[in-house]
Amino acid sequence: MKTKQKTVRISIIGFGYVGNGVAEVIRRKREAIASKYGIDLKVVGIADLKGVIADEQGLSEEAIQALKAGKNQGDMTGLELIRDIEHEVMVETTPTNVETGEPGLTHIITALDSGRHVVTSNKGPIARDYRMLMDLAAKRGRELKFEASVGGAMPIISLVQDNLAGNDVTSIKGILNGTCNYILTRMADENLPYEHVLKEAQEIGIAETDPTKDVEGVDTAVKLVILANSVFGMNATYKDVTVKGITEITLDALKLADDAGYVIKLIGDVDSDGRLEVAPRLVPKDDPLNVCGTLNVATIKTDLAGEITVIGKGAGPIEAASTVLSDIIGLYS
Amino acid sequence: MKVSMSIELKDIPGQLVLALQPISDFGGNIRSVVHHRDKKTPSGRIPLQLVLEIEDRNLSVLVERLKERGVNVVRIGEERLMDSMVVLLIGHIVHSDIRETIDSIDSTGFAEVVELSLSMPGVDLKSSASVTISAVGTEELKDALAILEAAAEKKGIMVIASI
Repeated sequence: MKTKQKTVRISIIGFGYVGNGVAEVIRRKREAIASKYGIDLKVVGIADLKGVIADEQGLSEEAIQALKAGKNQGDMTGLELIRDIEHEVMVETTPTNVETGEPGLTHIITALDSGRHVVTSNKGPIARDYRMLMDLAAKRGRELKFEASVGGAMPIISLVQDNLAGNDVTSIKGILNGTCNYILTRMADENLPYEHVLKEAQEIGIAETDPTKDVEGVDTAVKLVILANSVFGMNATYKDVTVKGITEITLDALKLADDAGYVIKLIGDVDSDGRLEVAPRLVPKDDPLNVCGTLNVATIKTDLAGEITVIGKGAGPIEAASTVLSDIIGLYS
Repeated sequence: MKVSMSIELKDIPGQLVLALQPISDFGGNIRSVVHHRDKKTPSGRIPLQLVLEIEDRNLSVLVERLKERGVNVVRIGEERLMDSMVVLLIGHIVHSDIRETIDSIDSTGFAEVVELSLSMPGVDLKSSASVTISAVGTEELKDALAILEAAAEKKGIMVIASI
């Protein structure tokens, strides 16, 4: 236990599922984190389309609830919050835009320029402008952490950078999209056609109303780009990825795969030779990559440690927020 | 070509080197050596199972050389189609002439389509097929897959390969 407390003031920009989750895990874990790591986490500002609230002493639960209900809108903008309210860490959890990276990109640049560390779950800016953002962070002497942008609760980037330090990673392949995995698992288990399972997934909130980014493999490809750049030191963009989605997968194909001892999974595959590919692949039933439902999984191949496989929940507000929280704590320990 | 060979060695020191040296002398590449010490022959020799790659024309001279050295060559067999993989195809497989696609692999001489299961749900619907390809080695198997992928791409057929 550490006795000296350091106060860490946090802003949350983008108050959707993940942003809410971050506020929730900080509320739940604040005391435990203070006693274990000696840091007192304090949310001092939240910005969302509904409005912006700030309090340098720490936001009250009432103020947060009022923002969620659409009341109590301040007249400050999100960028003003990032720039003008004193705080240490900006948590960026706005929705991903693969093409422009916005609005996350501007938020991150502004935060680094204002001397804040940045922790984000937003794939867009990291996939699109990784090198520029890392250079900026280095120039400002701040850190940019983005573990939550790949694989939700499943640790890959910190696993490679910290625990597997000293290893050369030769490839990473895995299931990085829970929606596709859910659809393929349901189709195979229940013998239901693609369209049917997709509708079902939309009804229970596993697939979005516009599922294109998930089922066409775009989401997996963007995560692969982040891994390529952060783990393999490439300077890749989305255009460098060969992408095939799961929309063409037939029930017959799943049955034929089953007969031959395989399952079909949407696999993202990146290796040190610069190959970046997203495609449905046959996975032997006894391979560790054969995980079901919405789970994510990745097998990291290294020169010294051999193959390491991690499995975890790829989505969910609390799960993703747990990764953001780990990144925040990582800044101070 | 890939050859499997069963030989028998005397149970005295230096016999393994005696048997393997000529293989490298003739430019052969040893892929596998299994020593059956537990299965001694009645004459007290030790059986050895070898898999090697060697030029066709060098094989008979190699066997001669081994015999000269006192190595019993019990059996020689050309080992074909060592590796295989399953690949799925989805698309208008039959309409786009799957025969031609299979021929393109069979005609390589190093790979063959050894099994094909086809599922055709309806005339206008896409069919699915599982294809088992065997080849003489891992590299050849990769080449065969590349041939299949190129043919499939031309015909708008999706290929699902193994990880």
